[in-house]
Amino acid sequence: MSRDFETVIGLEVHVQLRTRTKLFASADVSYGDAPNHHVTPVCLALPGALPVLNGAAVELAARAALVTHCKLHPHSVFARKHYFYPDLPKAYQISQYEEPLATGGWLEIETPEGGARRIGITRIHMEEDAGKSMHEPGDPETQVDLNRAGVPLVEIVSEPELRSPEEAGAYLRKLRQLLRWVEATDADMEKGQLRCDANVSIRPRGETRLGTRTEIKNLNSFRFVEAAIKAEVLRQRELLEDGGQVQQATLGFDPERGRLFVMRLKENADDYRYFPDPDLIPLLLPEERIERIRAALPELPDARTQRFESAYGLSAADAGTLVSSRALADWYEAAARAHGNAKHVANWVLRDVLAALKERDAEVEDVRLAPEQLAALLRLVDAGSVTPKSARSLLPELLFEGGDPERLVRERGLEAVADTGALEAAVDEALAAHPNAVASFAAGDAKSLNFLMGQVMRRTGGKADPGRVRELLAERLARR
Amino acid sequence: MSQASEAETASELAAQLAAGSLRARALVERSFARLDALDPQLHAFLFTRRAAALSEADESDARRARGQARSALDGLPIALKDNIVQAGEPASCASRILAGYVSPFDATVVERLRGAGLVIVGRTNLDEFAMGSSTENSCAGPTRNPWDLERSPGGSSGGSAAAVAAGIVPAALGSDTGGSIRQPAALCGVVGMKPTYGRVSRYGLVAFASSLDQIGPLAHTAADCALLLETIAGHDPKDSTSLPEPAPSLSQALSGEVSGLTLGLLREADDPSGVAPGVRVRVHGAVAELERAGAKLRDVSLPHVRHAIAAYYLIATAEASSNLARYDGVRYGHRAADAPGGITALYERTRGEGFGAEVKRRILLGTYVLSAGYYDAYYKKAQQVRTLLRRDFEAAFAGCDAIVLPTTPETAFRLGEKLSDPLALYLSDVFTVSANLAGLPGVSVPCGLDAGLPVGLQILGRPLEDATVLRIADAYQRRSAHHRARPPR
Amino acid sequence: MSRISRAELERIARLARLRLDDAEAEDARQRLDAILDYVAQLDLVDTTGVPATAHVIPLATPTREDVPGVLLAPELAVANAPAARGSAFTVPRVLDDEAQG
Repeated sequence: MSRDFETVIGLEVHVQLRTRTKLFASADVSYGDAPNHHVTPVCLALPGALPVLNGAAVELAARAALVTHCKLHPHSVFARKHYFYPDLPKAYQISQYEEPLATGGWLEIETPEGGARRIGITRIHMEEDAGKSMHEPGDPETQVDLNRAGVPLVEIVSEPELRSPEEAGAYLRKLRQLLRWVEATDADMEKGQLRCDANVSIRPRGETRLGTRTEIKNLNSFRFVEAAIKAEVLRQRELLEDGGQVQQATLGFDPERGRLFVMRLKENADDYRYFPDPDLIPLLLPEERIERIRAALPELPDARTQRFESAYGLSAADAGTLVSSRALADWYEAAARAHGNAKHVANWVLRDVLAALKERDAEVEDVRLAPEQLAALLRLVDAGSVTPKSARSLLPELLFEGGDPERLVRERGLEAVADTGALEAAVDEALAAHPNAVASFAAGDAKSLNFLMGQVMRRTGGKADPGRVRELLAERLARR
Repeated sequence: MSQASEAETASELAAQLAAGSLRARALVERSFARLDALDPQLHAFLFTRRAAALSEADESDARRARGQARSALDGLPIALKDNIVQAGEPASCASRILAGYVSPFDATVVERLRGAGLVIVGRTNLDEFAMGSSTENSCAGPTRNPWDLERSPGGSSGGSAAAVAAGIVPAALGSDTGGSIRQPAALCGVVGMKPTYGRVSRYGLVAFASSLDQIGPLAHTAADCALLLETIAGHDPKDSTSLPEPAPSLSQALSGEVSGLTLGLLREADDPSGVAPGVRVRVHGAVAELERAGAKLRDVSLPHVRHAIAAYYLIATAEASSNLARYDGVRYGHRAADAPGGITALYERTRGEGFGAEVKRRILLGTYVLSAGYYDAYYKKAQQVRTLLRRDFEAAFAGCDAIVLPTTPETAFRLGEKLSDPLALYLSDVFTVSANLAGLPGVSVPCGLDAGLPVGLQILGRPLEDATVLRIADAYQRRSAHHRARPPR
Repeated sequence: MSRISRAELERIARLARLRLDDAEAEDARQRLDAILDYVAQLDLVDTTGVPATAHVIPLATPTREDVPGVLLAPELAVANAPAARGSAFTVPRVLDDEAQG
């Protein structure tokens, strides 16, 4: 007999802030370069080196806190977190402990059932990243590269309020959207700029105490997060149902095999010997500075979605899709303003532009076409100068290479056949060539109309406006 | 004991360099001649840079000839304590764990010294990682006191103090975390100054206890120290704890006047049971001289100063255990030979082999103090007591401009005398640690000999009042000749 | 009455990654005991409501501009390394469970 278990998930997300240089050293932030090509004495923890705080990192961390509705603290403290590992040069990480930058925030996710839920954010704090240890299979040595050591991160800790792997995925996607929105991070997951650790436990439904949790570390794609949590929940459930107990452990996830593995069993809590870093002054953020940062934030996604719904008459779903990224929302809005019919433009963007992007696995940042030019293309369609089909065929090229729609239509000879005489001639030819179809239609077979439509379109090289063709056909057929 | 005959103070030598009656080359050659003659017994130096120094001396002379001297001290020889890094030079901190380490960057103070044209002749011995009060904790063996080779020069800047006292260099830099400039200065009969915390950049000073460490000058006179401090002090954007102000002008403040100043006599430092009689007599004598010069005297008390050593040792070792965690053999320094056990064993053996016994003890104590369950009772408590001591000072300074007391409870002790009792050496810091805890400027100035061994008068000032402290010391030296005494040689 | 046991000392030594032989460990334990005895005097100081000293000289938070500074040349970065491969430091292969604590 299986009991009804409730899943409890808390997520710790590490996000790389979008700065040029490191948090406490003036080395530039890089990716993929040769080892130790981006280091200073501070990065290497040479004797005598000292940390100095990057002011831009503070600004971006504050934006991250504000966009997640956290309380930004006017006084926060950098603390040393001690442990020994080859990629941690000082043998301590400069982080924040008892007095973090921000606490008490939330973000709203859509649940799989379609409702909305607020997930609490316990705290956000600033810290520096460690370097990289690498070894190939069979190599008796580990190589240490400190290019990444000292890169600025924020750690965002959620309350254990997520209740399913799908909710975890929704939370991560929302978090990523918000942080990219305020340009606190690029959150490029392939570059490890957003990494997630998941704390997972289960408990009998109705129980308020938390079950023993395990921690799954270093999940670097949303799919893996969901898959790993799913696997762990299943494992814990089977364990408890068999009468066993969940042991505290740190786990990794092997995405190729879809399996979890134990990294470490945790017998004792780690003793990090936190204390305030005596090389650094507490971070003071006066209220006026906080207000200035808040005032400089762009219109946030929720407000923008509301405005798209009310000002442009879009549905909540459509508005939500257009607001999924700030770049897309900006691009759409510029096109809508240039054109005048926001809904019409929305249809094209949602259907055709997004399809073209998806086809190439691209993002709106890759689009070279100015939004005003999309408006120009649509105006050609509205005027009947080009058929919607022709316009769609040109869209990928225009989007990814840019260009003038009007010129391209002319170059490709795609001007619509709008001349009524030419259209009527094509219609008459088609009818004359296919008497059987005409007869079928008269006998009640509506599909024959489509066949005849296709014949007319062929005769016009696809450049006739389908609506006009249908009208003429209907008119001619009615006369017979 | 002899008296100084030829020009030996930095100020006198600078005057001769400016007048053209002395060349930098001759000065540096003289330093090395005295080093060759004396250092085999003294062991004040760990490294020298003879060729480079001579070449830099020649460059200095050439500059002067062109009328382009970089500063009044252009061409002056100086020694650095071996925990202040210089690009291209070794920095061992008298520890095996940094054997062979060559720094790729300059400490800010080194940049400033070289920018002013001073010539660094070598690097002096210290207690390992500046942890000690006798220079006996050096992995290279102790430095000897020029006044009595069987005795310690004090520590941890024992090498720098001995080098100046023996006349090898007119000036040296040291570092002071709990008295490590002032105490050896007192025991060697020279002037040693610890500036206000944050006055001098710590960038390039190998950290011992970050909230307590400061670099400072040792020389024969307060006027010399003023010149040196002006050269090295001032805001450094590379040190987040450095004061925002530029270097203060100190030489100008040395008016020779103390009338109008009130000196506080620290009651807790005047207890006959806590100070050797010979020391006490000479400190009283110096204070009387200052009173004759016009200073007023009053009694002051710092009720919490009796807890200063306890608070100091908890805070200093905690910060030290953290600052020394980076010595793991991965990126520089000693690494133990390969053996089974993985990286953890490698760290343990590397650090076990590389650190000396006293450093290991302090790392252990500091780790304990910060560990889960003990932090509140030890580290946090010590930082609270530190606040109480700072408040004591504020109250005392409401009624006086400077506090005077002995620098040390006794004169130079014999080498080996204090090594077995764990607390004996710690307790000898009793008069110096409170200035570090409160971040105050403090200077030790020679005030006489007791049985042939130097005694130091200590003067502590309000935060940022480095000029006042030096003014009082200079005024005393204008009215006394103790700084002219030289060890028998 | 001993304030620190041998086992406790060994735990601390492990935390600090310090290998001590028997004699060193016992010597350290005795000396630490004496020091902890001495510092126990602080227990008697009334510190109710007294803030811990954060910094002796109060300062505004210094920050730097987000502008790249001078880098250490990679050859210099590994010049002091006990072992290196190209511009990377090397250590004996680290197993996953050797992290932390």
